[in-house]
Amino acid sequence: MTDTPAEPTHESPADPFDRDDLPAPRGATGGLLRDLLSTHRTRVVIAALILLVKEAAVQAGPLLVAYAIDRGVPAFRAGDHGPVIAVAIGYLLCATLSGVLQYAFVRGAARINQDVLLDLRGRIFRHAQLLSVDFHERYTSGRLISRSTTDVESLRELLSEGLQELIGVVLSFASISLVLLWLDWGIGAVAVASFVPLHLLIRLYRRRAGEVYSERSTAIAGVIVKFAETMNGIRPVRAFRRERANDEEFAVLNHRHERSNGDALLEMARYVVGSRLVANTAVAGMCLWGAYRVADGTLELGVLAAAVLYMRRLYDPIDRLGMFLNSYESAAASLAKIAGLLAQEPGVPETTAPRELPARQGGREITFEKVGFAYRTGGEVLPRFDLTIPAGQTVAVVGATGAGKSTLAKLLARFYDPTEGRVRLDGVDLRDLATPELRRGVVMVTQEAFLFSGTVADNIAIGRPEATRAEIEGAAKAIGAHDFITSLPDGYDTDVRKRGGRISAGQRQLVAFARALLADPAVLILDEATSSLDVPGERAVQRAMDTVLAGRTAVVIAHRLSTVEVADRVLVMEGGRIVEDGHPATLVRGEGHYAGLHQAWRESLVG
Amino acid sequence: MPEKPIPPHPDRSTVRVLLRLWPYVRPVRNRLFTAAIVAIVASCLSLVIPLVLKWLVDGPVADRDPGGVWLGALYLLLLGITEAVLFGFRRWLVARPLSSVEARMRADLYGRLQRLPIAFHDRWASGQLLSRGTTDLMLVRMFLAFPLTFLLVNGVTILAGYVLLLAQDWSLGLVLLTPVIPLVIVSNLFERRYGAVARRAQDQVGDLTTVVEESVLGIRIVKGFGRHRSQARAFRALSGELRGTELAKARLLAMIWAVITAVPELAIGAALVLGTVQVADGNLSAGTLVAFLSTALALRWPVESIGFLLAMSQEAATATERYFEVMDAAEEPDTAGVTTAAGTPDGVRFEGVTFRYPDAPEETPPVLDGIDLHIRPGETLALVGGTGSGKTTLTALVPRLHEATAGRILLDGEDIALMERQKLRALVSMAFEEPTLFSASVGENVLMGAEGAGDPELRRALDIAQADGFVDRLPDGTATQVGEQGLSLSGGQRQRLALARAVVGRPRFLVLDDPLSALDVHTEARVEAALREVLRETTALVVAHRPSTVMLADRVALLSRGRIAAVGTHQELLRSSAEYAWLMSGEGNDNR
Repeated sequence: MTDTPAEPTHESPADPFDRDDLPAPRGATGGLLRDLLSTHRTRVVIAALILLVKEAAVQAGPLLVAYAIDRGVPAFRAGDHGPVIAVAIGYLLCATLSGVLQYAFVRGAARINQDVLLDLRGRIFRHAQLLSVDFHERYTSGRLISRSTTDVESLRELLSEGLQELIGVVLSFASISLVLLWLDWGIGAVAVASFVPLHLLIRLYRRRAGEVYSERSTAIAGVIVKFAETMNGIRPVRAFRRERANDEEFAVLNHRHERSNGDALLEMARYVVGSRLVANTAVAGMCLWGAYRVADGTLELGVLAAAVLYMRRLYDPIDRLGMFLNSYESAAASLAKIAGLLAQEPGVPETTAPRELPARQGGREITFEKVGFAYRTGGEVLPRFDLTIPAGQTVAVVGATGAGKSTLAKLLARFYDPTEGRVRLDGVDLRDLATPELRRGVVMVTQEAFLFSGTVADNIAIGRPEATRAEIEGAAKAIGAHDFITSLPDGYDTDVRKRGGRISAGQRQLVAFARALLADPAVLILDEATSSLDVPGERAVQRAMDTVLAGRTAVVIAHRLSTVEVADRVLVMEGGRIVEDGHPATLVRGEGHYAGLHQAWRESLVG
Repeated sequence: MPEKPIPPHPDRSTVRVLLRLWPYVRPVRNRLFTAAIVAIVASCLSLVIPLVLKWLVDGPVADRDPGGVWLGALYLLLLGITEAVLFGFRRWLVARPLSSVEARMRADLYGRLQRLPIAFHDRWASGQLLSRGTTDLMLVRMFLAFPLTFLLVNGVTILAGYVLLLAQDWSLGLVLLTPVIPLVIVSNLFERRYGAVARRAQDQVGDLTTVVEESVLGIRIVKGFGRHRSQARAFRALSGELRGTELAKARLLAMIWAVITAVPELAIGAALVLGTVQVADGNLSAGTLVAFLSTALALRWPVESIGFLLAMSQEAATATERYFEVMDAAEEPDTAGVTTAAGTPDGVRFEGVTFRYPDAPEETPPVLDGIDLHIRPGETLALVGGTGSGKTTLTALVPRLHEATAGRILLDGEDIALMERQKLRALVSMAFEEPTLFSASVGENVLMGAEGAGDPELRRALDIAQADGFVDRLPDGTATQVGEQGLSLSGGQRQRLALARAVVGRPRFLVLDDPLSALDVHTEARVEAALREVLRETTALVVAHRPSTVMLADRVALLSRGRIAAVGTHQELLRSSAEYAWLMSGEGNDNR
C-alpha cells in the first residue's frame, strides 16, 4: 500500500456512490421527463402547431412556382396581371408568415425549455438540501455540481432541438410514405419495409449509446470532483508539491471522459453510416422496381418521376432523427442520474403531521429516551442510553475524540435520527417538528466555520434572514466580533471572497457564533465552537456566554475546559457511553475522568 | 455574488478569439481538414444522386432498356454506399481528435490552475473555474465539430449555388443577391449582441455552480439553521436570472432566424414574379426559370442554418475568452536553476519582510510591516499574536504560497526568492490551520509529505501525531479511503493526520499553524511529548494560541499589528509584555 502513493484507487465496484450510479426506481427517468413537461402540455401543443403551419408556409413555395408558370404566364400574356399579382402577394405572405412563425416558435420553445430547466435545477437543489449530511459527505459537491450543470445541460440540448427535429421527422416520414403508397403500392411497400431495418438499427444505437452516455456522465462527474477538490485544497496542494501527482491522477479521469466522449461520437458515426446505407439501398431498390414496372408498361413515367423525387426526401430526415436520438440518449443518461439523486430518501424525513412546541420561556427540556445510534457507514456507535437535560441548564460534554460527543450533538440537532428510541424537546419528538419550528428550538454551531459568498453581514444574517442591521451588529458585539468586522475595508459589507475579505479561522468562528446568537434558539449546541480562538477571544466569548446562555438550554462540547467552567453540569463520554455526570465542582474533587482531564488542562495553562 | 474579474472586451473580433484555439487544434488539423474536404465531397455527391435519377428516368426507363435499368440502379447503389461511407468517415475522422482537443484543453486548465498564485484562487470562486473546465469546453468542442466545418461547407455550397444562379440568368441572380447586404448587416449586429448575452449566461452558470458547491460545503450550517428554504430561494433567484438571460439569447436567435428565413424567401418571390413576367414576355424559357428556382430553393437550408451556426460560434468564442482569462493569468514566476551551494546551517531569517496582498487597495496598511526575525538552526519559535494579527500570513510566506512584497527570507542563508519553488517546498513542511485531506487513503494522505517514504516512516509519523490508535481502528487501517470521497473523520482526527503529514518527511524546516487546536487535553499532551522529539532535530515556526502550544517552543515572538513586538522566552515575555500576558491568560489589562 504505502509504496504506491501515486496510484489512486477510485473504484470499489460494490458501492453505488463510488460508481456514481444511485439506483432509481424503474421508469423513474421517463416519469421525471413526463412530469417536467406535464405543466407545459398546452404550450408544447401550441409550439407544435406553429411549427406545422410554418412548414406548410415553407412548402407552399413550389406550389406557387407551379401556379405562376402554369397560370400566371398565360394570363400575363393575355393582359391579365391578376394571377401574377396573386403569386406576388402569396409569396410575400408565405415569406412573412414563415419568418414570423419561426420567430414565435423559437421564442415559445425557449420559454418551455427554460421553464423546464428552471424547474429541474430547483428540484435537484431543493432535494439535495433535504438530504442528510452523511449523504453529502459521500456524494461530494463535485457530483452535485455535475448533476445540476452538465447533466441539466444535456437535457437543454434535447429540449432546444429535440422538439423541432422530432416533429419534422414524424411529419415527413408519415406524409411521404403515404404519398408513395398512393402513387404505387410496390414502391410504397419497399419504403415501409425499409423501416424495419431502420427500426432495428435505431434500437441497437439506443442501447449502445445509452451505455456510452451513462459512462460519459459518470466520467465528467469524476473529473469535476477531482477539479473541485484540488481548487478547494489549493494551499496544501502547493505546500506538498502535489501538482505533478495531481496532473497524473487528473489525466486518468480526463482520459476516461475523453474515451467515452469519443465513443459517443463514434456510435453516432456508426448510426449515420448504417441508416444512410439502408436509405440509399432502399432508394436504389425502389428505382429498380419502378423502372421495371415502367418498362412493363404498368406504371406511368410521370408517376415514377414524382416517386423518385419523393423517395430522396423520404430519407432526408434520418440524419436529423440521428441528432434527435443522440441528444435523447445523452439526456436520458443524465436524467437517469438525476432521477437516482431525486430518489434518495432524506435521512431525516420532514414530518407530514407537524406538532408545535408548547409556548414557553427560558429554554426547553431535552430528553433522550432509550436512544441508540449507529452510522450506516460504520464509525462511532452510541449504545442505548437515557438522558434528561432540564430547561435552562448548560451542559458540557467532554471526552476524547471519537467518544461520541459530536454524535450526541448531531442527534439533538436532528442531523440524524436515532436508530432506536427518541429525542424529545419539551416532550415533543424531534421527528414531529417541522423544520422552521425545529430550528427555532435547536441550533448548532460547529467547529467548521464555513463562510458563504457574500458580505459578513449576509453571513451573520443566515441565523435570521429577516434581522435588521442593528440586530446583526448587536449579535456581533455580544460575541466580541464587532471590532474586527469594523476594521475590515467595508465593515459589515465586506465581501468575504473579495479583496480585503481575508478572514482568519478564529474570526470565522466568531462570525459563526454571532450567526447562532442571532438565531436566538431555545437550545444552543456548541460543538468545538471556540477551538481556533486565542485565549482572549475565548475569554470574551465566555464572558458573553453568561448573558447569551441565560434563558436557554445549552449543550457545549469543548476540549478547553475553560469553556466548561460556566456549565451547570458535565457529562463525560467514553466509547459512546456517558461515564460521568455531575456538577463540575463535584467532579473535579472526585477521582474520575473529569478530575484527570481537569488536572491535565490546568497544567497546560500555566507553563 | 462572486465577482466577474474581467469584463468582456467591447470590440473583440469573434474570429480573432477563436483563432486562439489554434495551438490546440494544430495537432489534429490534418484530420479536421480532411473531414471538411470529405464533407464537401459528400455534399456534392448528394447533388449528383438526383442527376443520376434524372438520367435513369430520361434514359433507360424512357427507352424501356432493362439492362440500362439495372446499371442505373447499380450506379445509384454505389453512389449511395459511397455517400453513406463518406458521411460516417467524416464523423469517424473527427470523433477522437475532437474529444482529445477538449481533454487537452481541460488538462491544461487544470495544470495551470494548480500553478497559479494562491492570490488568484482567493479572488476566483471555484464554481467559475469549474464551469470553464466543463460547459465552456463542451461549447468549444461542439464548435469544432459543427459550425467550423459547416460554415465552410455551407459557404462553399452557397457560393457555388450563386455561380450557378448567375450563370443561368444574371438579372434574376442579382435579384437574389440583394438580400446579402441586409443579411450581413443583421448578422453583424446579432453577433455582437449575442456575444454579450452568451457571455452573461456563461458567467451566470459559473455563479450557479458556486452556489451549488457552497450549499454542499456549508451543508451543516444550512441544516443547523434550517435554512434550506432561503438557500433554495437564493438559488432560484439566480437560476431565474439565468433563465432570463437564456430567454434574451433565444429572442436574439429567434430574430436572426426569422430574418434569415424570411428575407431570402422574399427575394425568391421577387425573382419568381420578375421571372414570370420575363417568361410571359418571351425573354426567358419556362424551363430555365424552373431550374433557376429549384437551385435557389436548394440553397435554402445552407442559408438558413447560418443563423444557428453563427450563434454556436459566438458562444464558443465567449467560452474561449473565458477559458483564456484563466490561461492568460501569470503562473507563479519561478527562478529556475540558480544553484547555490548548500548553505551553512543558519535557520530561518526574516529581513525587513513586508507583505501586502497584491489586490489590496494602496492606502491600506500592509499586513506585515518590516518583520525582522531569526529562528536559529534547530530552534523552535512560537509565533503568538491576536486574532487577525497576520500570523497565518507570515507562515504562508515561508513556502512562498504568497510572495513577500519587500524584504527577504533566508533559509540557511539562502534567499527563498531565488530558490526553485519545488526545492523550497521540499525543504519546508507545513500543517495548516484547516486540515485538508484529499480523496485518497490515510497512508497516501500522510505520505504526501515525503517523497519515497515507506511504511516505517508512516508508522512513525502516525505515532508522533497520536493517530495510530484511531487509524488502526478504521475499517481498512491505513488503506482506508478518506477525504471528500471517503470516510469523513472528525476535526481532531483530520488535524492529527495533517500533523503526521507535516512531520513524515523529517523536514529541515517545519511550519505548524495552530496544529493542536482541535485536540482534547490528554491527546494534546501526548502529541506534544512526541512532537518535542521531532522539533529537536528541525527548525520550526509554530503558530500558537495557547500556553500549552507555546511550551513546545524555545523562544516566542509576539506579532502585533504586523510587526514583531517582542522576542524572548515564554517566561520573559510574560514578565515584560503586558500584551503577551493578556494573550496567554486572557486576564489583565486590555491594553490594545
